[in-house]
Amino acid sequence: MSAIKVPTTTPRGKASFGQALTGQDLSTLTGVLIVLEGSDASGRTTQMNMLTEWLEQKGYAVARTGLTRSVLVGEALDQAKLGNVLSPRTMSLFYATDFYDQLENTIVPALRAGYIVLADRYIFTLMARDLVRGANLEWLESLYAKAIVPDAVFLLNASPANLVDRTLNAHHELDYWESGMDIGLSRDWYDSFVKYQHRVRAEFLRLQRKYHLDTINANHGIKAMQKELRGRIEMVLDRAYHHSPTRPA
Amino acid sequence: MPNHVTTPAAPPPEALPGKLIAVEGLDGSGKSTQIHLLHQWLSGLGCKVFFSEWNSSEIVKEATRKGKKKQMLTPTTFSLIHATDFADRYERQILPMLKGGFLVLCDRYMFTSFARDGVRGCAPDWLRKLYGFARTPDITFYFRLPLEVALGSMLEGRPQLKYFEAGMDMDFSDDIQESFRIFQGRVMENYDEMLTEFGFTQVDATRPIPEQQEHVRDHIQQQIDLACYKQKAKK
Repeated sequence: MSAIKVPTTTPRGKASFGQALTGQDLSTLTGVLIVLEGSDASGRTTQMNMLTEWLEQKGYAVARTGLTRSVLVGEALDQAKLGNVLSPRTMSLFYATDFYDQLENTIVPALRAGYIVLADRYIFTLMARDLVRGANLEWLESLYAKAIVPDAVFLLNASPANLVDRTLNAHHELDYWESGMDIGLSRDWYDSFVKYQHRVRAEFLRLQRKYHLDTINANHGIKAMQKELRGRIEMVLDRAYHHSPTRPA
Repeated sequence: MPNHVTTPAAPPPEALPGKLIAVEGLDGSGKSTQIHLLHQWLSGLGCKVFFSEWNSSEIVKEATRKGKKKQMLTPTTFSLIHATDFADRYERQILPMLKGGFLVLCDRYMFTSFARDGVRGCAPDWLRKLYGFARTPDITFYFRLPLEVALGSMLEGRPQLKYFEAGMDMDFSDDIQESFRIFQGRVMENYDEMLTEFGFTQVDATRPIPEQQEHVRDHIQQQIDLACYKQKAKK
């Protein structure tokens, strides 16, 4: 049994990527923001569940967030996806609204209360999806310039072949959006899925280089990925909380 | 993310067959009346004309209504939800109509966001980039009233001020009328500052309605060859 670790000092607060988050003082946020990015079937949810359990057992309070769960536009977004009547830019803005709603109403309060926030996808997934649909990177960057810079972003990088295999095994079908059917890459869903995921991956890697995202090889098994994540998160937490070098037994 | 200080260049000013005309101003400035009269006149002349109103997109309406009712909008989400609404109307209607050679009339345009969301603390630079995809109108009429007159007409028109309309989310004052005065005063300052930035055509909204309308129609006739927009015009 490991004892609860008491931070000796608290993290120094947060910053946004470029523009101030209107009406929010980020310098007083004491929590830690850890983000997992990656396509569906890259294993995000499984890894998040395991990380939550691990962190809570270590004595950290954990808050989780994801995309399209906000009270404000979550419902409208679900409806829009069903109907496919919105233009790509409208969808971008809808997702951005949803993102900021969660950022300000869920993530910021949790960080203020000193939680570790585990975000199941953040701005990079949103940007990658929009880039594949022809959005302008500079426009996206300015759209998300008010977002908080996370303490760590892990990109779960899996080959499209693995993604399609896992998706079919788990769901016995392919999702319309995750297959990129809206952009007309192919009439064949399987074909479209593979092509689309190749493009998404290319955009993720472009963002990874630009923003120095931490890559996790998601072709590996669940346990291997978890081990790697825990190792890297330990370092993030050490850095964030300046633990005393001698840990309590 | 790199902090771009410079405002990006406007979208390539590719000439479109249609013309875009917007009206802006405080609530109670009479701009909706004026654009309605303009619409009537252009239709009467047999012009291809399309009218679009701020915050009217069906799909986005529900979310906006919900957010406002529960007072859960922050300056950022307030701004983004209106941008979402605008993008929906812009890409599905306004832009195609312009490409199809229509006169497109907009009751409020992105300047409403620049004015209001600016008061709510969103950076002018951020707002301008957010709407960077939209064309600047060919003509923007700014209906200007002295603040006290505008306030009087607004307060008279609606005894129960709405929460966001009065800027109550800004904590200017606990008194809703006082908050309204402060908020609208700042919105007006922002409009005034945009006069030259975007080349607004100012209309003195204290003048009688028909006189304002005459001014609007004259200006349009000077700027636009309306014969090109007649339904049966030979191309």
